[in-house]
Amino acid sequence: MKLKFFTVVLTVGLMSQSAAFGQDFVQSGTAPTLPQREGKEIYNAICSGCHMPDGVGAVGAAAYPPLAKSDFVGSKEATAQWVIKGYKAMPPLGDVMDDEQIAAVVNYVRTNLGNAYDDEELTAAEVADIRTW
Amino acid sequence: MVDHISGMTRRGVLTMIGLAAGASAMYTAMAGMGLAGTSNYKGPIKLEGDPKGTSVLILGAGLAGLTAALELHNAGYKVQVLEYREKAGGRCWTLRGGETYTELGGFKQEVKFTEGNYLNAGPWRIPSDHYAVLDYCRRFGVKLEPFIQQNYNAYLHNSQAFGGKPQRFKEIQADYRGQISELLAKAVDQKKLDGPLTDDDAALLVESLKRYGVLDENLAYVKSDATSIYRGWAKEPGGGVDAKGEPSDIISLSDILQGRLWQDLITGESIDHQAGIFQPVGGMDMIAQGFEREVKDLITYNAKVIKIEGSETGVSATYVDSNGGTAEKTVSADYCICTIPFSVLSQIEHNFSGEMTEAIDSVPYASSIKVGLEFKRRFWEEDEHIYGGISYTDTPITLISYPSNDYLSKGPGVLLGAYSWGAASYQFNAIPAEERIEIALKYGEMIHKQYRDEYSNGVTVAWHRVPWTLGCYGEWRDQEAHYDNACKMDQRTLMAGEHISYLPAWQEGAILSALNAIERLHKIVTAA
Repeated sequence: MKLKFFTVVLTVGLMSQSAAFGQDFVQSGTAPTLPQREGKEIYNAICSGCHMPDGVGAVGAAAYPPLAKSDFVGSKEATAQWVIKGYKAMPPLGDVMDDEQIAAVVNYVRTNLGNAYDDEELTAAEVADIRTW
Repeated sequence: MVDHISGMTRRGVLTMIGLAAGASAMYTAMAGMGLAGTSNYKGPIKLEGDPKGTSVLILGAGLAGLTAALELHNAGYKVQVLEYREKAGGRCWTLRGGETYTELGGFKQEVKFTEGNYLNAGPWRIPSDHYAVLDYCRRFGVKLEPFIQQNYNAYLHNSQAFGGKPQRFKEIQADYRGQISELLAKAVDQKKLDGPLTDDDAALLVESLKRYGVLDENLAYVKSDATSIYRGWAKEPGGGVDAKGEPSDIISLSDILQGRLWQDLITGESIDHQAGIFQPVGGMDMIAQGFEREVKDLITYNAKVIKIEGSETGVSATYVDSNGGTAEKTVSADYCICTIPFSVLSQIEHNFSGEMTEAIDSVPYASSIKVGLEFKRRFWEEDEHIYGGISYTDTPITLISYPSNDYLSKGPGVLLGAYSWGAASYQFNAIPAEERIEIALKYGEMIHKQYRDEYSNGVTVAWHRVPWTLGCYGEWRDQEAHYDNACKMDQRTLMAGEHISYLPAWQEGAILSALNAIERLHKIVTAA
């Protein structure tokens, strides 16, 4: 696994925070899925709630693991599966994102936040398949 | 999935499930969302027989842990409670002016509400069929006042209909009922309806619809004094000269249907929301304080449990100081009641059975957001004659709830300015508190134009960022597969909490699960 320099992580973190301002909000009564389409925007609309804007995670009575510079997202299939079905405290998010959105955000996290996995990008078709696992 | 579904309100999700899977699936989902089911509380628990000095370790001082502590202590057990926070109550939690709240990520909010104002961050209503909660309120002398769930003068709002203008609940309610009554009455009267009705019943049905829908002699729902009594007047009747009331225009059935304003007409009619429904005077945590007065000496606060080890003869728990301490302390007891939310427990080192571990690992906690907004004056009362109750909207805030207390008071009041679930809630969780408030103001001012001028301050609780629960309430991935296993005694530990109940997300479920657990525990102890 290749990691970018820490300063890059910090920069990404700050950008993420500012990007979260003014995001489009889902219409509560009419749409079940997020309006965002790009990986970074999706990250800032949902993942950052727990994993934090800069991906460092958080610790309270229990923890949200960091996604920044993390082995956790080493497998794109496993990451997609966690997103779809959840794991332990992580809720299943397969209903609030479509296949393309899940692929976009998984690819974003694996190539940003200090992660630089350079294998083939996850596709929406693969996400659709993972949903059936 | 269905294209056009209502995703974010609990009711919206239910509508989708009802359409897709029918009534029984809908009931299951309703129970899961805390919208159905009646309490099986049978009155104060009686733990008769000598516990013979048996000790019980209780993990967590939310309502489940507090209930277990109080009742076991009263029955003669040696009780010790470990609590992560600096106070008891768990999600029975009220925020008031002068307090600070730090969510996960270290983001701190100062609550600036005026004295007497508050936000119930978690549960905020006590249904009249939640007998256990009501009984403990009675025992502790917690004063209750009516919570206004349904207010006919509040609004129904669809940003995409009626030019975005909110409509009064009473107008939609009366016009919707009146016009569907008209359709049905005419169909029956003209014998256009195949059905099992006898002629007598058909005649009675028409008569009843005339009354129910406020129809005229032609079975029509029309603009009139009669219908204005239900939907409101164009000009209110008064006294003296030129005081006659003027009837109001009717909103067409098509507009109501197209605008989907029927969506929340029955939200307040489920058994958990029917009047009378209550709130504690001064804040929901009056209940927590009632318990705490009785068992405070048994609780070790600021104790973050990091390890639970059970054996055939007892249970021990290791904890550190919640505020970053590293010094480990271990306490032991003959038995344990563990009320730690499974979102947290799944990350604590333990030696529970494989079955129990699977159960613990299969309960993520729901996303939810509350935004409390304090305004300089109670404009909803002064300008719009809304006293308590809830306005519903299709925007991300889902609803605005008006305070059910201190009516007509001149000072500032606090509105619940957002209470959302699902995708909208995730989005709220993902942004800073000041941005959440801005979103609540942006959508709230579509309903109340006074928002910007009158806004004073606000506070938000995004439940996935609550450090001690990591979410709002337990949502079983596969309740059928794991729930019964989670209820079994694991060596000498029993689980309790709202997640170990069929009244999830309700305080009643937490208390009932604790009562059930200690009843079973006591049987084992006294039989030994």
